[in-house]
Amino acid sequence: MNNWKVLLNGIITENPTFVLLLGMCPTLATTSSAINGMSMGLATAFVLICSNMAISACKKIIPDMVRIPAYIVLIATFVTVVQLLMEAYLPALNASLGLYVPLIVVNCIVLGRAESFAAKNGIIASAFDGLGIGIGFTLALTLLGGVRELLGTGKLFGLTLYPEQYGSLIFVLAPGAFIALGYLIAIVNKFQKA
Amino acid sequence: MEYVLIFIAAVFVNNVVLSQFLGICPFLGVSKKVDTAMGMGAAVTFVLAIATIVTFLVQKYVLDVFGLGFMQTISFILIIAALVQMIEIILKKVSPALYQALGVFLPLITTNCCVLGVAILVIQKEYNLLESVVYAVATGIGFALALIIFAGIREQLAMTRIPEGLKGTPITLITAGLLAMAFMGFSGIV
Amino acid sequence: MEKLKSTLPNMLLSLTGISVIAGAILAVVYSATLEPIEMAKVEAVNAAIKAVTPEFDNNPSDEAYMAATSDGDSLKIYPAKKEGELVGAAIETNTMKGFSGEIKIIVGFDKAGKLLNYSVMQHAETPGLGAKMQEWFSTDKNRQSVIGRSLAEGPLAVTKDGGDVDAITAATITSRAFLEAINRAYSAYTGSDGATGATSKSDNATKEGGNENE
Repeated sequence: MNNWKVLLNGIITENPTFVLLLGMCPTLATTSSAINGMSMGLATAFVLICSNMAISACKKIIPDMVRIPAYIVLIATFVTVVQLLMEAYLPALNASLGLYVPLIVVNCIVLGRAESFAAKNGIIASAFDGLGIGIGFTLALTLLGGVRELLGTGKLFGLTLYPEQYGSLIFVLAPGAFIALGYLIAIVNKFQKA
Repeated sequence: MEYVLIFIAAVFVNNVVLSQFLGICPFLGVSKKVDTAMGMGAAVTFVLAIATIVTFLVQKYVLDVFGLGFMQTISFILIIAALVQMIEIILKKVSPALYQALGVFLPLITTNCCVLGVAILVIQKEYNLLESVVYAVATGIGFALALIIFAGIREQLAMTRIPEGLKGTPITLITAGLLAMAFMGFSGIV
Repeated sequence: MEKLKSTLPNMLLSLTGISVIAGAILAVVYSATLEPIEMAKVEAVNAAIKAVTPEFDNNPSDEAYMAATSDGDSLKIYPAKKEGELVGAAIETNTMKGFSGEIKIIVGFDKAGKLLNYSVMQHAETPGLGAKMQEWFSTDKNRQSVIGRSLAEGPLAVTKDGGDVDAITAATITSRAFLEAINRAYSAYTGSDGATGATSKSDNATKEGGNENE
């Protein structure tokens, strides 16, 4: 499998949100607007690329029995790096994503890719896999965030498309997250079968 | 009174699954039958209480003292992972019956984000130890409650005819959305 | 290179090694970002002070002091001075009565106790509901704006509690908490100034608000 294919695989065939159904917590929690969803996606993508590369580089020196704790340490390191960088240079974003930045550690996507891809493949391929899955995740979150923001407040990326009072607030709130994602997955399923 | 307030808020108003979106993976994954949902709920409550106590003490007496706040994420997740392992081993020895009931769920809990989430939240909310424990137990109960109700709905759902396109995950998510809407009704009580 | 076997020394070595390296990387990043993080915080506070006070030519952060509120807490006050004379102040206030977690607001008053502007610094309210504080209470529509109100006439309260501020639709708890934070700020401001007698009034209001939330 060449790197290009690995990349596309992550974005489309194995899209983490719509196909693999992984990492649901940040998907639902941080998509109250398109921009929030996108930033969460990018933060996760960064962690994915770094952790995939690091784990692929270290795979020879990690004995099998302790591989999970070792992976978790590596992932947690990169998550903290992202957290510190965001706090320093993007404080507003850090405030709006809040708790969900440290929670990237327990995002099943990151550990899942480490286990199923990075531990078996080379550094470059792992980086591409991280990039692909990261982009797929970012696109999915941006899409979900966009749909919720548009239906809920009549805005898209903060631009007003129609007056707010015609929006249905429920889509910005918790129930709307579940419902919007449910319908999006149904639509994706439909296209995949066609 | 204050503890009652924290308790009710964590179980109903800010339900961990339905309004804070923590622990969605087990919520969607382990909610097909009511009895497995109960087992999972009990296991999570148990781990949450113990993990919160330990991480709270580590934060107050190790990280804060040595100015290692930036090691929070990394140390908390390791503590949780180690604790889950330990609980599994101890349960196996001490109470095989309980291990039979909870055992299969324990390994899944490490990556349940509500454990790490609560550990970090109680630090952020500046709770004291007792408040933290109340909050952790209440969160666990809230998780169990949501899980059990949802499992009950899904048992019924399995017997109904669902439009082709919505079968599987989509209908599950939409049902969860309706349940979340029902829980929003609690938002006025605290 | 062969893959390491799962023997005890190997496992210990590799885990320790990885942890040490991870700790080292984090320590480096932490010390590198320490200053920018501090800067970002200071800048955010300074920007907020500038947005909520009349024009000033001193450095409010240098002259900041703590002042007691009527409910026994104390808040940080940034006095804004022009040509040496006090023209107003920004008060860093907070409340724990929000829907979820602490709400921090910087609010500015002029000398007479008129609310000039405010800036929500930190909150964890529900997006789409309570999170609308920043826009809601500064939009001049019906009775929802708090800008330009004089707290010398008494503390602010939502219409549901007999006041004259429209609460955010479906977010009364957040609205109450928000107004409470502002009343607290005013009580600290005037308490320190000793200017008006509104302090005792706002004291009552805080208590009332407290009861209702319980």
